Amino acid sequence: MLRALLSDDLPRSRLLAAILLAILIGLAGGPFLFEGSVAFRTMSMICIFIIVVASYDMLIGYTAVVSFAHMMFFGLGAYSMAILLRELGPTWPAAAAGLLVGQALSLLLALLLGLLSLRVRAIFFALVTLAVAYSFLQLLTQFYHFTGGEDGVRVRTPAELGPAFRLAESPWQGFNLFGFIGKVLSGEPVDEAWEQSFFTVRLTGRLLMYYLLFGSSLLLFLLMLRMMNSPFGRILQAIRENEFRVEALGYRTVLYRTASVVFAACFTAFAGALFALSTRYVNPETTVSFDLMVFVLLMTVIGGMGTLYGAVIGASLFLIAENYLQDLLRLLSGWAEGLPLLAALFHPSHWLLWFGLLFVASVYFFPQGVVGQLRLWAARRHRRRAAGAYRQAMDGSN
Amino acid sequence: MRTTTDSRRVLLETRDLTINFGGHVAVNKVSCAFERGTLTSIVGPNGAGKTTYFNLISGQLRATGGSVILAGEDITHLSVPARADKGLRRAFQLTNLFPGLSVLENVRLAVAARHRVGYNFWQRASRRRDITERAMYYLERVRLAHRADVPAAALPHGDQRKLEVGLLLALEPKVFMFDEPTAGMSLDDATVILELIAEIKQQKDKVILLVEHKMDIVRTLSDRIIVLHNGELLEDGEPETVIASTVVQEAYLGAAPAAP
Ligand SMILES: Nc1ncnc2c1ncn2[C@@H]1O[C@H](COP(=O)(O)OP(=O)(O)O)[C@@H](O)[C@H]1O
Ligand SMILES: [Mg+2]
Repeated sequence: MLRALLSDDLPRSRLLAAILLAILIGLAGGPFLFEGSVAFRTMSMICIFIIVVASYDMLIGYTAVVSFAHMMFFGLGAYSMAILLRELGPTWPAAAAGLLVGQALSLLLALLLGLLSLRVRAIFFALVTLAVAYSFLQLLTQFYHFTGGEDGVRVRTPAELGPAFRLAESPWQGFNLFGFIGKVLSGEPVDEAWEQSFFTVRLTGRLLMYYLLFGSSLLLFLLMLRMMNSPFGRILQAIRENEFRVEALGYRTVLYRTASVVFAACFTAFAGALFALSTRYVNPETTVSFDLMVFVLLMTVIGGMGTLYGAVIGASLFLIAENYLQDLLRLLSGWAEGLPLLAALFHPSHWLLWFGLLFVASVYFFPQGVVGQLRLWAARRHRRRAAGAYRQAMDGSN
Repeated sequence: MRTTTDSRRVLLETRDLTINFGGHVAVNKVSCAFERGTLTSIVGPNGAGKTTYFNLISGQLRATGGSVILAGEDITHLSVPARADKGLRRAFQLTNLFPGLSVLENVRLAVAARHRVGYNFWQRASRRRDITERAMYYLERVRLAHRADVPAAALPHGDQRKLEVGLLLALEPKVFMFDEPTAGMSLDDATVILELIAEIKQQKDKVILLVEHKMDIVRTLSDRIIVLHNGELLEDGEPETVIASTVVQEAYLGAAPAAP
């Protein structure tokens, strides 16, 4: 059952399996385990970016096609949803139309991009996507009557997804996990900390929205895992390894690479549509900016290219760091008050510096990404064990 | 020159096949017909145009003149995968594998190419037992079954060459092209390859083209030898006749023919 869900592509490292399980449980119970709007937003973004990063990994990690237009498709999905809800009113059919239009536009554009420019060498495709993504950004700001320009579009979601909608009248109880651990560590009696850690969770449309994100993310991730472990996925990997030879085997590589571009575009456009529904506001900066594109590239590399699980790790690490590094620094600079130099270094306003250093360190120490490295360690340990058992057997026979 | 080819038995033919690399004519008006069930060796010094001739037949290079005809059909303008589909397959002179994928996966890709499962993206590749079993069968034939799980890049040179031949076998072509399959191999490894080529010959309906430098191998395996020199077809005929001919002794072996 589990093997079927994971398409026989198991984590292949106990530590990796444990981390993935922790993330799964954290996200599944999220609204009941972490209190506050920052936590809620972070979890929502992790769900969305798992789809975005995983689909980018299909492209860059599995097929070795470099595209800078990935976030353009994300924006296409987000804007289609936002604009159709604006034009048709905040209803479910309008949301469905928004999703479908985003998918259709992405499919067409990706198909065009793929068939026109994948015939030529990789660098050419990368440049074309850069130009197209740049033009798209320009169009968004030029046609501001339609797209809202820099100001973006406010999204009116169906009422069932809004904060005013009640799933049930009586609220549920949540248990603030990190609050509890923090209190215990700072020396409060355990029973008092226990009591104080409960909080109320109101069952609103926001919660429904979150679980829509979580469910979609999980489902689409498993779907991508299946695709990458299908005969089709194997050919994408072969193209990454040696495209010339794939042709000689009789596969039409242009079609496969185009299919990879189209799938990646549609998945990320799906994520974009969810993003519009969840944040209820889209603008160029939060959907199609090149900063965001670089972030997605970073998440893919940090997690480990060509592994898909890397997307889960990369997106989680990155977004948690982005949202909580300032808090951590505030804590550290508080502790380092006596030491002016350290206190200055740890000042929360320097968070971007630490953010950058963290990622330099991660790429330096985990050149294969977190997942690649964990698997390497697991394989090494496995070999050492096998060698040990072999020696023992030999000693025994002597 | 041998001209008595039976047109029904001819599977592959090149007519005035030519390629001009900006003034340098690497293959020059080569016309030759290959019958089913025969093995033809192509010999000639380095740079004679042997690999280029293969590239023109399998489509990696486009001819600037002449044509390639497979089973009566002009395929000169078809792409590499389209020609491969029609049963025209080759092994490469320089080892050309999927280095990061396992040995088994390398062969599975070749087997899958014939089963046309490439557009299947919902089934687990690991569940296609038929493909795995077929791939293991070919790995056994090239004596690599015990290395199935290591990455191709981790194989020693001789094993990589054997894997290269394994891929070609797995494609089950109608036309086999071997480009120096035993170059740099140990004697044992070379024997494995030569036995396989001899087995293919037994099938009687295949065309085998072989580029090989070792004359004893050429002599024992070939039904026919053609000699390329500076891109031109110099000689074409029975092995013994061609090897003994003045032109080969001079052009290829670089020596005057032995005194009778
Ligand atoms: N792609 C190419 N562009 C230009 N010249 C080439 C190319 N491929 C081969 N040649 C030239 O064609 C000639 C024949 O090469 P090749 O077919 O590899 O010889 P062989 O396989 O008989 O040793 C050589 O002079 C080589 O330099
Ligand atoms: Mg050659």
